[in-house]
Amino acid sequence: MRKILLECLIQPPVTEPAPPADESALAELAGQVDTAARGRLGRSLAIRHVDAGSCNGCELEIHALNNSFYDIERFGIRFVASPRHADVLLVTGPVTKNMREALARTYDAIPNPKWVVAVGGCALDGGCFAGSYAVVGGVSEVVPVDLHIPGCPPSPTDILKGLLALLQHLTTKMGAS
Amino acid sequence: MPALIDVILEGRRVDAHRPWPRAVVDAEVWRFAVDQLAEGHWSLLALWGETAAVHMALLDEGVGDIGVVSLECPDNKFPSVGQRHPPAIRLERAIRDLFGLEPEGATDTRPWLDHGHWGLRYPLGSKPTVPAENFSYDFLTAEGESLHQIPVGPVHAGTIEPGHFRFTATGETVVRLEERLGYTHKGIEGLMTGASLDRATKLAGRTSGDSTVAYALAFARAVEAAFGVEVPQRAIWLRALMAEVERLANHFGDIGGICNDAAFALMHAHCGILRELVLRTADSAFGHRLMMDRVIPGGLATDIAMDGADQLRVLVEKIRHRFPALVTLYDNTTSLQDRTVGTGIVTPALARKFAAGGYVGRASGRLFDARRALGYAPYGELTFEVPVREEGDVDARVWIRIHEIEQSLSMVEQILDRLPGGAVYTALNTKGLGTAREGMALVEGFRGDILAWVRIGEDNKVARCHLRDPSWLQWPLIEAAIEDNIVADFPLCNKSFNCSYSGHDL
Repeated sequence: MRKILLECLIQPPVTEPAPPADESALAELAGQVDTAARGRLGRSLAIRHVDAGSCNGCELEIHALNNSFYDIERFGIRFVASPRHADVLLVTGPVTKNMREALARTYDAIPNPKWVVAVGGCALDGGCFAGSYAVVGGVSEVVPVDLHIPGCPPSPTDILKGLLALLQHLTTKMGAS
Repeated sequence: MPALIDVILEGRRVDAHRPWPRAVVDAEVWRFAVDQLAEGHWSLLALWGETAAVHMALLDEGVGDIGVVSLECPDNKFPSVGQRHPPAIRLERAIRDLFGLEPEGATDTRPWLDHGHWGLRYPLGSKPTVPAENFSYDFLTAEGESLHQIPVGPVHAGTIEPGHFRFTATGETVVRLEERLGYTHKGIEGLMTGASLDRATKLAGRTSGDSTVAYALAFARAVEAAFGVEVPQRAIWLRALMAEVERLANHFGDIGGICNDAAFALMHAHCGILRELVLRTADSAFGHRLMMDRVIPGGLATDIAMDGADQLRVLVEKIRHRFPALVTLYDNTTSLQDRTVGTGIVTPALARKFAAGGYVGRASGRLFDARRALGYAPYGELTFEVPVREEGDVDARVWIRIHEIEQSLSMVEQILDRLPGGAVYTALNTKGLGTAREGMALVEGFRGDILAWVRIGEDNKVARCHLRDPSWLQWPLIEAAIEDNIVADFPLCNKSFNCSYSGHDL
């Protein structure tokens, strides 16, 4: 173990660099998330994820946000275990009828102010599962959605870009009120 | 002991079923087949229904024979398989929920996929009905002094799929675990019925997103069997290449995840890097990180990128350089071994009875791998070993994955060395079919063998499709494996199985 830890100390990190901007999509996002989050959410965004019937593809890419390449926590964005601790509800999948109640109850358990991000094509309108006897449809059929991140599944970079868009959206909304 | 083929010969053989035989049998022969399963002579590969019939796919592991027996159910009843052969219990409960066919003599008559929210009962049956007003579900009981229950889910603490687990514990020790699944039931089999081949291929590839290549391959092979079409050699080899890349990505994710559930984050971080490298290479070689919608009936949607082969070689080299140190780390960290060794044991007898596939079966002495047992192309021409262990604990399931990674790396190289040229797609002959045709395939996904069965109607649309996830035969084993373990070891056990919710719930 010591050898691996030592190597990690010597070698440069695989985490893709944050600023300067423009270099890569990730680095560009890093700077923007930082600025916007600082203003609105004290540099932190707590996310609770609910799989409302997904095929598990979107979950894999959400997981990837935590790997060393994307390292989402350096932006102050973190996944929390309880909806009570969350600012954002991240929902994947078409909402199945069997998951409708669990999704609604998770939403209700999140304190205000809260925002909902629907991830993936299915979460938008049910995707290729729309029209089934077992599927309600998109997430907005059950809870109000603030942002859709399209893709099947969206890449980790797409999801990060989407979360940034949410922050900008919040800034505009709060500034207007 | 009679051969499987003798039973098939007793029935009315269905001509247009490929590549293995299917026969319509009477109730007596059906019961005889159930006896053979119960006595452990054959293994149950799948059990599925349609409007007025049930089908059972059987495997004679000794000789490698596969066959399907079908029983017509004009009275909407069939002799229960689960009554004598427990692995069939949940499959039967699902058949009743979807088609309204009653398994006669079944011991567990509770619904399974139906949670009373669909607005109708028996949605795929001949007569869907209005649901009962008061839907209730009784969990199995556990009685004794100082027992307490812990209900978990369907929404879990992490980013994982939904399912409910009901623990009964005494202190820290689990006395009984009961799973309740079906939360992600999307009605895939219903959507498949009447779908065009294009649409059905998309659905098959989204049955369980982590196994999208394996599912698309199973579905494509079943359709190709039905049409009797020869796929170009290059496509066959590239499909296997994608399947092995998918296996690599998932095994890295799992090994890291298992160690993380034992609070050993270092392995998780390093395996996460390897997994990401695999996905990025898949993206540049095949145009999609998970390689969705690449495998289609007739071949592939797209050829590998010009520099794809080179990138994959670089990837293999990188993994070969980094992975051995991680294996040593796993092997030498006693605090980690303390959690994984002897935890969540599945006995070889139980693995055999349930015909558990993948690392679950192979960690418990069941030497079955569809790539080896059936040798479907190109695996018959590749050199590889199928690792097997007897311990059946979390540690064994980790080691099977480690060895499979080594084998997959070798196979990726072998495929790249011998990749044939030519086209990657051949059109299916959809003209003048004139009659329904049926095909079936068994494909080794990272989790185990995936079965696809399809009937193509005269209109070249899917008349009926059944996809059996390996998890159907693995989920029940977690209930057995967790007994007498502590509650805190459940995440570890569960991750070492990594069963699919979506693939199971359909």
